[in-house]
Amino acid sequence: MVEIKDLHKSFSKNNVLNGVDLNINKGGIFAVLGPNGSGKTTIIKSILGMVIPNKGSIKVFDSDIKKSSDYRHKIDYMPQIANFPSNLKVIELIKMIKDLRGATDKDQMLIETFKLEPFLNKKLGTLSGGTKQKVNIVLTFMFDSPIIILDEPTTGLDPISLIRLKELIATEKQKGKAILITSHIMSFVEEVADEIVFILEGKIYFRGSIKALQEKTKEKDFEHAIANILIENHA
Amino acid sequence: MLKILKYSFYDLMRSSWSYVYLGFYLLLGIVLLFLNNDLSKAVITLMNVIIVLVPLIGTIFGVMYYYNSKEFTELLLAQPLKRSSIFLGQYLGVAISLSMSLIIGLGLPFIAYGLFKSSAIWDFSLLLIVGVFLTFIFSALAFNIALSHENKIKGFGYAILMWLFLAIIYDGLFLMSLIIFEDYPLDKVSLIGTMLNPIDLSRTLILLKLDISALLGYTGAVFKQFFGTSFGLIISFVMLLVWVILPVFRIVFKSRKKDF
Amino acid sequence: MKIRFSIIIFIITTYFATAETKTVCEAGCDFNSIQTAVDSSESGDKIFIKAGIYNESNIVIYKKSLHISGENGTIIDTENNGYGFSVEATDIVIKNLTIKNIKISYTKEYAGILLFKSYDFVIENITVDNAFFGFLIQKSKDGIVKNNIISGQGKAEADSGNAIHLWHCENVKITNNDVRRMRDGIYLEFGNSSYIANNYSTENMRYGLHFMFSNDNTYEKNIFEANGAGVAVMFSKRIKMFNNTFKRNWGTASYGILLKEINDAELKHNVFEDNTIGINADGTNRITYFENTFKNNGYAIKVHGACYDNIYSRNNFLYNSFDLSYSGKLNSNKFENNYWSNYTGYDLNKDNIGDTPYRPVKLFSYLVNRTPESIVLLRSLFIDIIDFSEKVSPVFTPENLIDNQPLMTQVEW
Repeated sequence: MVEIKDLHKSFSKNNVLNGVDLNINKGGIFAVLGPNGSGKTTIIKSILGMVIPNKGSIKVFDSDIKKSSDYRHKIDYMPQIANFPSNLKVIELIKMIKDLRGATDKDQMLIETFKLEPFLNKKLGTLSGGTKQKVNIVLTFMFDSPIIILDEPTTGLDPISLIRLKELIATEKQKGKAILITSHIMSFVEEVADEIVFILEGKIYFRGSIKALQEKTKEKDFEHAIANILIENHA
Repeated sequence: MLKILKYSFYDLMRSSWSYVYLGFYLLLGIVLLFLNNDLSKAVITLMNVIIVLVPLIGTIFGVMYYYNSKEFTELLLAQPLKRSSIFLGQYLGVAISLSMSLIIGLGLPFIAYGLFKSSAIWDFSLLLIVGVFLTFIFSALAFNIALSHENKIKGFGYAILMWLFLAIIYDGLFLMSLIIFEDYPLDKVSLIGTMLNPIDLSRTLILLKLDISALLGYTGAVFKQFFGTSFGLIISFVMLLVWVILPVFRIVFKSRKKDF
Repeated sequence: MKIRFSIIIFIITTYFATAETKTVCEAGCDFNSIQTAVDSSESGDKIFIKAGIYNESNIVIYKKSLHISGENGTIIDTENNGYGFSVEATDIVIKNLTIKNIKISYTKEYAGILLFKSYDFVIENITVDNAFFGFLIQKSKDGIVKNNIISGQGKAEADSGNAIHLWHCENVKITNNDVRRMRDGIYLEFGNSSYIANNYSTENMRYGLHFMFSNDNTYEKNIFEANGAGVAVMFSKRIKMFNNTFKRNWGTASYGILLKEINDAELKHNVFEDNTIGINADGTNRITYFENTFKNNGYAIKVHGACYDNIYSRNNFLYNSFDLSYSGKLNSNKFENNYWSNYTGYDLNKDNIGDTPYRPVKLFSYLVNRTPESIVLLRSLFIDIIDFSEKVSPVFTPENLIDNQPLMTQVEW
């Protein structure tokens, strides 16, 4: 579904990605992990075409992403910080995205799930961080694309909404979708992820199941396993 | 692109700045006409306003809109949309809404004053056309600057500097070089110098209408051909078009290479 | 008393007794040639030329007072052979004719009608087509030239002549003529005490109207449009110029009026519109410019050196690129009570006179005089700034060249 080959990217003189190869050819939940500045977001943005790589190729469903922007119809992306045009109303934003991407009726259900009805006619600039994140979730999940990319999806969510989000992710997984998640909340990752993609110094350091990671690092606890990698490589 | 244009345009129409701009032109038009009571004089004053203020407002507005709509842009980038259409859509949204404020803001008082019955209608239309061109040129230049500078303050600084350079400093350097090299034939050089600055170019276009009597007082075949025939008018319009097209191309080019 | 009265009766009766009207036409009239008709006429006779084309040239009228007239369609085609009429006579009238195809020469001044030492003449309703010179009037006086249409085809000043050319003449009234595409529209050389009014002079290569060494003339209500220069007044005294319109005289050396070495002239109620230079004054003394309007000119007035005691008052200066260009010292010339559309002052006491003086000369006009190409910077913000600083503290422009009492509203007359 997503095929990344020898991806290089540097911002001015700062090398962020040094030859990333990543192939996702089946459904499931993939957690992209790594220390701050390891290039998680850069990989995600490269897949979305927001960052232009210096070298390497990315294919989504066997078509090179440089050629056309149409492949983004197959990706739902939830950005890290929900920055929205502040003088738009929530309902207008949803309408606009629908206008740009195509019709859907899933938004009604999602609005109900996350209790957004009272905010529909408010301007986005007036919303709290959590509410904005909920809007972000609605915008992401209202389309039925085979690939979903979630950048820190849990930020600012209250416990109920978090549960709803997990349910939502589970349902989408059932449909055989590939879901890429970055997160700093290890418990969340441990709970939902099928596979871990660990990025270190611009390369994929490890890819495999949580179990495989635990075996490799000889740590029982997932959080410690991750910490172990970091300590080994930085000490 | 049309959808982006639509949303950018609506977005701008809703922002209070558009109304400030519109209100400013309305007021200007009314003050010029009803206090002056003289259409020809108003057109001349208006020309000074248009070739100085329109570029300034286009520049500030362009930069401001670009930085303010960063979130919107990022939201759009993740959608199945071409980059060029996102930026061109936003650019056109700014340029068109500014042009509309200009045309409506100045047009209404002049129509109310009885423009259609006046002989100044051609001068006035030329002014508006030039104003629209300048809006398109300077908001495109502003977008270029903003695209090249992540830092807002820097972007604003460079944009204002660009305006200052093209509106005033350029002419100062131009005049100085003409005086220094006055022993050489300068008519071609001076015309080329004019072409290289969109503000001078617009000014020349208006001069062709308002001051043709003075312009024709100079010897030199190139001047005579330029000012005395429609050649000058055509060349000036073509160059103005080039001045719109080049920065727009750079927007497309630059936006394709940029990381967000 | 009684004797004198009877003499008058006698003269009148003999006049009527002997005056005859002779007709000329191609066939069936008294004559079929104008020249033979003239030759067989006596002083006081009338010659009527019926419609038709007469291929005649150099028709000589020598010391006979004749009244020659034609009708609509009476055409004398000289076929590039020389003059139309060549006249030396008193009390001569020529009217209602078309004369065409006058020979172009670099040595002789061929004209539709040549008058030499003629007095009490009338030239009326004559159309001269394809003229070299139209009317050449020499050493004559007390005449009327009116309602004529003269046009030429000359391409350059050298191969074209003047429409109405007066040389050593006095007291000629030139009115309601239409002169175009000649060298000069109307030219007076040593022409004194003449009156020129209601003429339309356009597309002439040199001047619409030209005075040389001609004194005490008045011209008024004429329109001079798109000539090389509107009017040139040179080496003349006491010329009155009233109610004329000078417009669209465009070009390198184009003026509404060129004043050179003239004294004691008066300009009143003239309109100068869309000229490269409205008035170009060089060596002019004691001239009053009163209630004229200068509108949309490149320069309203350009003053060169050696001008003394000129007074500019109650004129309207409207939207000119430059109101005034000035060389040399002020030389007791005065600007007062003019209306300047570029004036930005105020009038707190509401007496219609601006409270701050106006400086009509801009620094930029000096720069343009020095480096003509800098004209492309006209109306630039930078130029406005240096003009403004010059206005605040004059360095290059004469400090006392100011209108101390600029008017707040246009002068109406």
